[in-house]
Amino acid sequence: MTTVADFEPWSADVARDLVAGIAQGPGPGLLCLQAIQDRFGYVPADAVGLVAEACNVSRADVHGVFTFYSDLRSTPPPAIPVRLCAAEACQAVGGRELQRDWRRACQAAPDLADATGVDEPIFCLGNCALGPAAMVGRTLIGRASVESITLAVRAHTQGSGS
Amino acid sequence: MITWFVPRDSAARSVGADAVAAALREQGDTVIRTGSRGMLWLEPLVERMDEATGKRIGWGNVSAQHVLTSALEESSPDFLGVVEEIDYLARQDRWLFARVGVIDPTDPQDYQAHGGIGGLRASLAMSPDDVVEHVVGSGLRGRGGAGFPAGIKWRTVAQAPARPHQGDHVSAPSHKYVCVNADEGDSGTFADRMLMEGDPFCLLEGMTIAAHAVGADKGIIYIRSEYPDAIDTMQRAIDIAREEGWLGERILDSMLTFDVEVRVGAGSYVCGEETAMLESIEGKRGMVRAKPPIPALEGLFGAPTVVNNVLTMASVPSIMARGAQEYAGLGIGRSQGTQVFQLAGNIARGGIVEKAFGITARDLVHEFGGGTRTGRPVKAVQIGGPLGAYLPADRLDVAMGYESLGEAGGMLGHGGLVVFDDTVDMAEQAHFAMEFCAEESCGKCTPCRIGSVRGAEVIDLMRRGVDADSNEELLRDLCEVMTDGSLCAMGGLTPMPVLSALDNFPDDFRASGQLPPQEARS
Repeated sequence: MTTVADFEPWSADVARDLVAGIAQGPGPGLLCLQAIQDRFGYVPADAVGLVAEACNVSRADVHGVFTFYSDLRSTPPPAIPVRLCAAEACQAVGGRELQRDWRRACQAAPDLADATGVDEPIFCLGNCALGPAAMVGRTLIGRASVESITLAVRAHTQGSGS
Repeated sequence: MITWFVPRDSAARSVGADAVAAALREQGDTVIRTGSRGMLWLEPLVERMDEATGKRIGWGNVSAQHVLTSALEESSPDFLGVVEEIDYLARQDRWLFARVGVIDPTDPQDYQAHGGIGGLRASLAMSPDDVVEHVVGSGLRGRGGAGFPAGIKWRTVAQAPARPHQGDHVSAPSHKYVCVNADEGDSGTFADRMLMEGDPFCLLEGMTIAAHAVGADKGIIYIRSEYPDAIDTMQRAIDIAREEGWLGERILDSMLTFDVEVRVGAGSYVCGEETAMLESIEGKRGMVRAKPPIPALEGLFGAPTVVNNVLTMASVPSIMARGAQEYAGLGIGRSQGTQVFQLAGNIARGGIVEKAFGITARDLVHEFGGGTRTGRPVKAVQIGGPLGAYLPADRLDVAMGYESLGEAGGMLGHGGLVVFDDTVDMAEQAHFAMEFCAEESCGKCTPCRIGSVRGAEVIDLMRRGVDADSNEELLRDLCEVMTDGSLCAMGGLTPMPVLSALDNFPDDFRASGQLPPQEARS
């Protein structure tokens, strides 16, 4: 999923239909939560009970799965999520410095911070020979800099027609 | 009209390959999107067929601007000549990466024209037992890091009876599974991703051969969510393979019925551990299971399951097509065949080097890699991912193999080498190793869950100069408990980067009079 523009507003009825099919298969817990997040951008608190009911397991079971995986979020995502790689290969080419500089850039430009969210570091984007790596929405950026990330964010904002 | 080859590999796209392809199409040329050759420092690397020689010639670091200014001439400074004759490629032993960067990844004709499906045809003409013995004879071992002989694992699954899912009635349908671990979370590794994006049919072919060999009916590829392009490409390849009769019922008119689905991870490193991956596919928290029972006997939903890494599974088609004996003849000792090494981090020529086992780390870093990108001296190379050892620059003469690296106090892991120059603070790297473990531990084993938090604290104290000697003793003691008291590699191997940093670079752990930078890891 790319940006907030790809998501539907939360609807318990839509979610119930969505998980009904998945819940029939084996081991559906994580799949149901992922399907909900793919559709709505996040997993609202209501969704946990709904998935539990569809899968015929306890709410605690579903909550346990939900909290285990760092991808799954309980609040709507930022418009254009920016994730900077915090792993070793990017550390070796200035990943820590990029993270620091990006935070400063966001502090200086509140609209940038609003659009991209609190930067949650990500451990490895598989672009380890062309680091530092960043993911802007679904766009992977190699040899990333504050400038190239900002440019990609602006391209997304303009691309979505807002 | 000219036909160009432009990579669609996500690394190439991350430095502008899409814009190059668009610019070439704009001027009326045909563009075929391929995988990447693996010479990532040259991306976007654009090729076209040279009519005179019938070989593909290329240009490196191409931008859309190059296209617009007609700079793609043989006189251009970015001209590379015949791509396959570039030393970096010519010196490799390409088996499983033979087609990556050459073919259109989702074109079944292109795949077959370059030897694809040959391994499957050869396998289907043999009995399942013969296929297993071929894989045993090839010496192929687990490329995910554990190094377990793939053929022995397959033999175990082949001999185990299929069974219904755990908890289902005994009369419910029986299954065996083939699961591919594509949760490539190690920093410095990207070969799984490049294979899936550049030659996805090869992975499906390997899985289908495995299904025939062990009698499995279902396959699952567990791909990490951080790889959206790989997920899309695999999905597309599965759809096409079904149309081609390479998956589904009566595959290639044999009696084999086998189908594959993709499962997507959800941001958990520990799900790269095979039993945690199985739990995750079962829809649960990715908690590591105690072994025994081994997954080969009680794996996914309790059914016998082959679990192999992408590179292991994708090695099988070429082994079956080109011959197990030839493959087994490559390498050193019990490390037979080729390994796809990945050169990463601070390196001038980063990318993929598929080479027979036995090449030294020094050759990889200096001869292939060209030293650091910054031009400064190499200080350390971390081999085998976040759980691998940091080897100092003067100890890179070690031959790359499972046993030889183990004897040198390191491990092969998934074959990644991350290079650091002399500006790196090894105590900070050791601290990160503990911090990463604390972040990604599944929480099942106390030494891993709690020990990693304490480990980061103790390293902090050492760096601040607080009771340096007694804290070093404490850190070593803690590492011993983590190594001996954790179920899986997460807690068990986190001490490897920590202790290798401490043993090889003790000065970095002594207080410099400055507090460690808080901001870098707040």
